[in-house]
Amino acid sequence: MTAKLLYEEISSIERLSERIYMMRIKSEHISKSSKPGQFVNIRCCEGNELLLRRPISICGTDIQKGTFDITFMVKGKGTQYLSQRKPGETLDIIGPCGNAFELSENYKNVLVAGGGIGIFPLLYLADMIRHSNKCSLIGFKSSSEIVMLDRFKTCSNKVGVCTDDGSAGEKAFVTELLEKELNGKIKWDIIYACGPYEMMKKVHMLSAEHGIKCQVSLEQRMGCGIGACLACACKIKCRGSKGWTYKHVCKDGPVFYSSEVIWE
Amino acid sequence: METVKKRIKPDLNIEIMGLKFKNPVIAASGTFGFGREFSKFIDPGLLGGIALKALTLEPREGNKPPRIAETPSGILNSVGLQNPGIEYFLKNELINVKKYNTVIIANIAGNSISDYCGISKKLSATSVEAIELNISCPNVKEGTVFGSTPEGVYEITSRVREVCGKPLIVKLTPNTADIAKNAMAAERAGADAISLINTILGMSIDIHTERPVLNANYGGLSGPAVKPIALRMVHQTASCVKIPVIGMGGIMSGDDAIEFILAGASAVMAGTANIVNPTLCYDIIMGIERYLSDKGIKSVKEITGKLVMN
Repeated sequence: MTAKLLYEEISSIERLSERIYMMRIKSEHISKSSKPGQFVNIRCCEGNELLLRRPISICGTDIQKGTFDITFMVKGKGTQYLSQRKPGETLDIIGPCGNAFELSENYKNVLVAGGGIGIFPLLYLADMIRHSNKCSLIGFKSSSEIVMLDRFKTCSNKVGVCTDDGSAGEKAFVTELLEKELNGKIKWDIIYACGPYEMMKKVHMLSAEHGIKCQVSLEQRMGCGIGACLACACKIKCRGSKGWTYKHVCKDGPVFYSSEVIWE
Repeated sequence: METVKKRIKPDLNIEIMGLKFKNPVIAASGTFGFGREFSKFIDPGLLGGIALKALTLEPREGNKPPRIAETPSGILNSVGLQNPGIEYFLKNELINVKKYNTVIIANIAGNSISDYCGISKKLSATSVEAIELNISCPNVKEGTVFGSTPEGVYEITSRVREVCGKPLIVKLTPNTADIAKNAMAAERAGADAISLINTILGMSIDIHTERPVLNANYGGLSGPAVKPIALRMVHQTASCVKIPVIGMGGIMSGDDAIEFILAGASAVMAGTANIVNPTLCYDIIMGIERYLSDKGIKSVKEITGKLVMN
């Protein structure tokens, strides 16, 4: 579980869509010790122009081959740097970081709800849940951004796809697909969600209405990634007069029960 | 034929404020926590010292996020002194941080002079080796109230001096008219050393949302982007005071540290470096050693302030 500072070799990199890349990295430590929901914090610059590491969730591991995968969207200079790396090159990585989703054999029926790049840690999660009935609901902006659909289909009993513009799947938000499932016949034991803040907030509200446990993976601008600089604050409920405290996404999260989070 | 200098292992020890440091590299306050997280990556005992995360009388939640933004060769932060408060520290963290075989410097902040005095008194009764007066945090309303004028610096330093039984470092803000005057005021008021610079007030804007990236709007800039300013200020300050100067501002390598030492710093602090890489302080120490060794310099003390001006 312990995060280590590692220099690991890129084994492959593949462009999945216009801005989304999947990278496979050799790392015995991370492939063996990581759990779904955890992330790696990667240096994305050779000099000192970009100082902050980029936190990217792990989207799969292969323990036999000693590799793990990350999938990321090119958003700025850091992820652009990453997208231009070649197999054989080395990356400066801290990982695995943060807390994982809580899995339990008691969860017989599991709902997975992801939006945009939030689907990647959920793919790893869905892959690792072996003995439950899994329904994966994934949403994208449009058909051109759909990635990993086949892999979700392989590891889920049911997959629901939607797009904001209706160019593929249903024209709906993931939360609408979720609501339908929650109103259906199956008694769901837990919802795992990752995606834009407003989506997760809505997922939380639905989970609360239906009295179902829900875990979310939060995002915040991050500094050290190891819990020391206290940059990536998030409001979490606690005992005491105020009723909340600032915890930190990198160390106390990124995964929280949605009922612990103060949604704003 | 070039003569090959016999390589020597240089002496990195320094002694300032009556305290012995095994090397001149100290982790800067706010970037190393209380050492716990870093101890998983680096033996804190390798460092010359650790300046702990700022402590206040009462716990503080800090600012609303986002608290950090990346700028060219820099980091802008507005953490806002989130800390568990002095009582929690004394009860739960001090014993752990004292396990590290290094000099422990408690950094303190407050809303009023009496806050600073109260914390100093409490810490004077503990085993921390020194106290660093943070009168320069740009991220809290009252952060630089005491630190931006010579009168303010004199007032708070002399009041804390009366109750502080430990070596006292005054950490200065660069967001001021003349930092050297503030340093001289701290010296007159009885400070044992000056540390500088704290972060430079800055801003980053998201052009898509048309809002500042930081929720607090403004934040403190650190990292290599501030190094030239920090060096100039360290040089100006070191030329004006007799007490030791601890230099910081964007130190990422041994060579960077050497620049500060040449400019007059007796020791250096590295902050942003820790955020970038939890073991970078060690590389800085090794870099200093290599520089001295290459030059055949026996002790790091020999080069403090050795800069020759044009």
